[in-house]
Amino acid sequence: MQGPSDNIVEGGSSGRDGTSAVPPRALQRRRPSAWADPLFRYATAAFACLVLLLVAAMAAVLYERGQLSIRTFGLGFLWSSEWDPVRGLFGALPAMYGTVASSLIAIAIATPVALGVAIFLTEMAPQALARPVGLAIEMLAAIPSIIYGMWGLFVFAPFLANHVEPFLKKIGGSTPFFQGPPMGIGMLPAALILAVMILPFIASVMRDLFSLVPAMSKESAYGVGATTWEMVRSVVIPQTRTGIIGAIFLGLGRALGETMAVTFVIGNTHQISASLLAPGCTIASTLANEFSEAVSDMHVSSLIEMGFVLFLITTVILASAKILLWRIESRIRGR
Amino acid sequence: MRLAKLGIITLAISTAVAGFAQEVKSITGAGATFPYPIYSKWAYEYQKVTGVGLNYQSIGSGGGIQQIKNKTVDFGASDAPRKGEELSERGQIQFPMVMGGVVPVVNIDGVKPNEMKLSNEVLAEIYLGQVTKWNDPKIVALNPGLSLPSSDITVVHRADGSGTTWIFTNFLDKVSKAWHDRVGSDTAVSWPVGLGGKGNEGVASYVKQVPGAIGYVEYAYAKQNNLTTLQLKNRAGNFVKPEAAAFQAAAANADWQKADHFYVVLTDQPGAASWPIAGATFIIIYKDQTKPATGKAVLKFFDWCYHNGGSMAESLDYIPMPQNVVSLVEKTWKSEVKGSDGKPVWP
Repeated sequence: MQGPSDNIVEGGSSGRDGTSAVPPRALQRRRPSAWADPLFRYATAAFACLVLLLVAAMAAVLYERGQLSIRTFGLGFLWSSEWDPVRGLFGALPAMYGTVASSLIAIAIATPVALGVAIFLTEMAPQALARPVGLAIEMLAAIPSIIYGMWGLFVFAPFLANHVEPFLKKIGGSTPFFQGPPMGIGMLPAALILAVMILPFIASVMRDLFSLVPAMSKESAYGVGATTWEMVRSVVIPQTRTGIIGAIFLGLGRALGETMAVTFVIGNTHQISASLLAPGCTIASTLANEFSEAVSDMHVSSLIEMGFVLFLITTVILASAKILLWRIESRIRGR
Repeated sequence: MRLAKLGIITLAISTAVAGFAQEVKSITGAGATFPYPIYSKWAYEYQKVTGVGLNYQSIGSGGGIQQIKNKTVDFGASDAPRKGEELSERGQIQFPMVMGGVVPVVNIDGVKPNEMKLSNEVLAEIYLGQVTKWNDPKIVALNPGLSLPSSDITVVHRADGSGTTWIFTNFLDKVSKAWHDRVGSDTAVSWPVGLGGKGNEGVASYVKQVPGAIGYVEYAYAKQNNLTTLQLKNRAGNFVKPEAAAFQAAAANADWQKADHFYVVLTDQPGAASWPIAGATFIIIYKDQTKPATGKAVLKFFDWCYHNGGSMAESLDYIPMPQNVVSLVEKTWKSEVKGSDGKPVWP
């Protein structure tokens, strides 16, 4: 074990072969770093480990508390559509389907809009407009989800039922996607609300990314006669591709776990329907609805197992996003 | 200065005395959402009179049952009565606190409140998804003279587990064999069709917004939200309107005396004027009160509610328990609820 002063001499005079016995004044002042540095390193490491530990603990508790259901239903839990608290039969498929479907539709709607917003704000909007619009988008992100839910139920749902859904039925009524009465409540309204909720996240990340693209490259594109769209397509998007994908997955992650807003408008029915107008449910909405009132052990355990499933879905999606990003990065580097 | 000192000393002494007497200043309970408005009204008035407050969390009947099981609250509240075996096993008792009605509500163009009539069978068939149009011959036959649209019926039910659902499905279970075989009765069931709304207010707003919807809510919600209620055919074969008198008639026929652990369900009751879907809401407490002072405070509060809370309950569209039931409950308290010394904690 080295004494603190040795350490300083070594660290401070490494370029001077350790000839001076008394370190110069300036180096003496650094004395605390001898223990502060490791302390800082261990403390930060501990915080990082704490997060890991927390995630592991959550997964473990969900797994352990869901044991009753896991042992009773086995893997069948994942592809059974049964949800019958009276007979004690539970399956997660409708909720898993609802979670993934509503999030994917939301992403499909929000991504192009966010892209448009970001391009407009960075490339086309006059400064006087770009700032307030950018601020408004960030404000959208700060609205609590319950407000979105109430707005969705009381304002958006009647609007959809009276104007949008009858129109969709008129143009697509022969397809299985627009069957059933237009209620303003169901998979489509839930996905639309989700799209509005995740839009600001995707848009503001994209805007920041786009503004980082060097003006030189942009000007060069314009210089050879490119239109704004051509410039964005061939300069901005290729340069920020990994970031864009990251932003989309950030939105997807949020959409998967969104609870209150979805609970208000999705209709909370344990069924899988191809129709976007039909009610459905998500894992998070089912938990919000049923957890406080679940009486039987099997019901509680099944809900907890469903929480575990949501945990796994999120992990798998985030992991595949990472892998996708690595692939793209290595391909770019390989070029 | 001297005055201030005196004040501080007086304050100190009075706190010391209060501490010595070990007075319970507040009691805690959790459970059913349906009686929450009346419980908070009672608690407010009771605190004005006695200074003892009630902290009631309306987390739902299921939550109330769990919380009292874990002893995190002084009493639990449930809209669905618990079976005698379960209570005995856990060393708990239950007693009915107040009653109310569950009413179907609809949103059909041109149909005014209490104008439309439905029979129990047709109501069950609607909820089973067998009757799907408002101009179905079965509905038209019950409503000659009423012009009914050809629109789809959208069934709305509770998405969360609920005592209201328990009462409603208990009724359907009794009146329809098909319902009994396919669905059954519980705080949450596997609904054959329909949308799920969260809470009474969720169901109420879905019904309000979806044309052609039918749902079921506690009577108070239907009244406060001006929802379109229906007439139902009761066991005696009469069509009755949902109103306090009809709920009272249903309650009057219940035989609390013979009921095991007050297990009484007020659905499909006999009586010419009885509303077919009514229910009581229950309080669950432990028989052995390890903290007799708290147990006493709880029972004292409920006793006060029985004797002084009737008109408050009526003003909020609940039905107070009749006097003979109150006497029965008080007798049960005396014989069952005891402190560690074996003496009744109240009175």
